[in-house]
Amino acid sequence: MIDEGELKNLDRLRWQCRRGMLELDVLLEAFLEQHYSELPTRMQRHFIQLLEFPDPIIHAWCVGGEKPDDEEFAELVASIRATSVA
Amino acid sequence: MALDKQRFDTLILGAGGAGLNAALQLANANLKVAVVSKVFPTRSHTVAAQGGVNAALANVLPDNWHWHMFDTVKGSDYLGDQDAIEYMCREAIPTVYELEHNGVPFSRLPNGKIYQRAFGGQSQNFGGDQAARTCAAADRTGHAILHTLYQQNIRAKTHFYDEYFAVDLIKDEEGVVLGALVLNIATGEPLLIESKTTLLATGGCGQVFRTTSNAHINTGDGMAMALRAGLPLMDMEFFQFHPTGIAGKGMLITEGVRGEGGYLINKDGERFMEKYAPNAKDLASRDVVARSIVTEVREGRGCGPDGDHVMLKVDHLGEDVIAKRLPGIRESSKIFAGVDPVQDPIPVFPTAHYVMGGIPTDRFGRVMPTASDDGDPLPGLYAAGECACASVHGANRLGGNSLLDILVFGRLAGHNIIEYVKQNSAHRPLSDDSVAQSVDRLERWDVKGEGITVSELRKEFRKTMEDHAGVFRVEDMMADGVEKVKAIRDKLKDVRLTDHSATFNTNRTEALELENLIDVGLSIAVSALHRKESRGAHSRPDFPKREDGEWMKHTLYWKEGDKLEYKGVRSQPLTVESFPPKERVY
Ligand SMILES: Cc1cc2nc3c(=O)[nH]c(=O)nc-3n(C[C@H](O)[C@H](O)[C@H](O)COP(=O)(O)OP(=O)(O)OC[C@H]3O[C@@H](n4cnc5c(N)ncnc54)[C@H](O)[C@@H]3O)c2cc1C
Repeated sequence: MIDEGELKNLDRLRWQCRRGMLELDVLLEAFLEQHYSELPTRMQRHFIQLLEFPDPIIHAWCVGGEKPDDEEFAELVASIRATSVA
Repeated sequence: MALDKQRFDTLILGAGGAGLNAALQLANANLKVAVVSKVFPTRSHTVAAQGGVNAALANVLPDNWHWHMFDTVKGSDYLGDQDAIEYMCREAIPTVYELEHNGVPFSRLPNGKIYQRAFGGQSQNFGGDQAARTCAAADRTGHAILHTLYQQNIRAKTHFYDEYFAVDLIKDEEGVVLGALVLNIATGEPLLIESKTTLLATGGCGQVFRTTSNAHINTGDGMAMALRAGLPLMDMEFFQFHPTGIAGKGMLITEGVRGEGGYLINKDGERFMEKYAPNAKDLASRDVVARSIVTEVREGRGCGPDGDHVMLKVDHLGEDVIAKRLPGIRESSKIFAGVDPVQDPIPVFPTAHYVMGGIPTDRFGRVMPTASDDGDPLPGLYAAGECACASVHGANRLGGNSLLDILVFGRLAGHNIIEYVKQNSAHRPLSDDSVAQSVDRLERWDVKGEGITVSELRKEFRKTMEDHAGVFRVEDMMADGVEKVKAIRDKLKDVRLTDHSATFNTNRTEALELENLIDVGLSIAVSALHRKESRGAHSRPDFPKREDGEWMKHTLYWKEGDKLEYKGVRSQPLTVESFPPKERVY
């Protein structure tokens, strides 16, 4: 279970966004700074769950265009992809 | 400051392929092993390696380690040590089989053997037909290796310190390394880990340059720790740049794009590679393309408001070809460059990819502290992986040889540590001075008040490195760069944190990383300035030739006084004849 403290701990999340692939560093960090705080709690939980996945899977979803099965997860991934990093 | 202490037989700093493969040998031999990693182990940069790992298994085409050795020596532009290269190419075979037995899901041939793909720079029969030498696990080789090694280490009871940041090596009065001071990122508490041996396996330092393909964690921490411990770094001027990274961001745009007919243009729409390489044009070798791009930018023909990049045009290939043959490129360009390559060209600039240099070791992973070729290794200290320089890549690394390097030398360092610990079974007394020094370094960041921010100085530093020690290297510019980086190093004392909290303080971690980046950056800038020839990845328009008479030697850089010394290349292999230097043509 992800508790309230974890949801609010942006400092911790910022470190969890440090990954083994540059693409993910850039995208996840930007999403965290720009959008995370405005997300409904449910989606924040999904984001924290997403960070637990291995890098190649997050990459396939957020950069490679593959779609996760779960609808809400797919929605989250779509907004990460749409984050402005250019 | 009261310090918690923990004791282990052996301490490994870094949980990439090198660190984990060493740890596994040690834990399997029932040593008490600690592995420290600033990020969760399977998020180490090794995860980004997709291509694969070289070993002459001869599963697809005829092959043997001697041909692999030839390619590696030639690829190194004859700066690689031939004893170490022979050793690596021979050990590649048992290393890959051991990984297979440990459960790495390599892609397979119909006959069940490991599938091997062809990569650039590989030949049969000493420069003949293309060889097929690269073993891959689909396009997730690095991930598969990390994941397997991590699971095996958990099984073997390796003790992991996840999200701990290694600050400094701790030495005794005689200079013997006895462990490290590390920082728990979650709590901000320091911890002293005492050990009989220490292995540095902290990976590369691509973040030294503004544009890099490396993840943010690649800040050269272990290299800088070695420098601060009074050790040299070797051959740091040799840095591989990939010609086409997304401008200002660094993500790779594969060579395949130009292979399929994409080409580079400047701000006038001119296809400039025709000028620099009339025959090969956009398919000229990496260093030629990279230097041409930088020349266009330097001479005012760059694109964008700051004129600081060129464009890679692919729209003429049509949407179908782009979708079929270049999957991923469209997505990456849209996300990271904000352009759809089906309509608009992709802004690109050379991106720093791989450092050939590092902490000098012999072929057993033991750190060599002096320029003397027959000098003794430093007792108890080892290094392996991208942070180390066993001198197998020389001036230029071949694709698929760096995963090989980290796995082979991680494994061999592990074996050597087992022997060392057998003979040195007691912990030596720590030196209070050495501990105090690194605690001071940590506490220095507690000073509050106005100052330069970490991100400001980092930005200035990385841009300076790119402009003065990157792809384009001429004397005045580089000399100027060394002075500028020294001035940046002086400014470090004026940097203040904007966040002084204890837990997950990224600002503090980034400050420690910045100190490391600057130390490593200077080693690159100073070493590059003084090598007055062109060899492999180090190319100097003012000294365009390779000068074997004078420069068949390794550069050693020490932080103290920014001193340089040189030592000869070891051209004598272990059991076969030496490959004499020849012009490197492909
Ligand atoms: C995009 C890309 C693709 C690549 N593809 C290939 C390929 O196909 N084939 C190939 O052979 N090579 C490839 N390479 C190169 C290869 O991936 C690397 O050289 C190799 O993975 C480095 O492994 P390593 O074990 O030395 O370090 P890493 O995997 O980088 O691990 C370093 C470890 O050190 C830890 N660490 C660092 N600093 C500290 C500190 N201060 N405190 C605590 N822990 C610390 C990190 O957390 C991490 O666990 C590629 C490189 C890139 C950038």
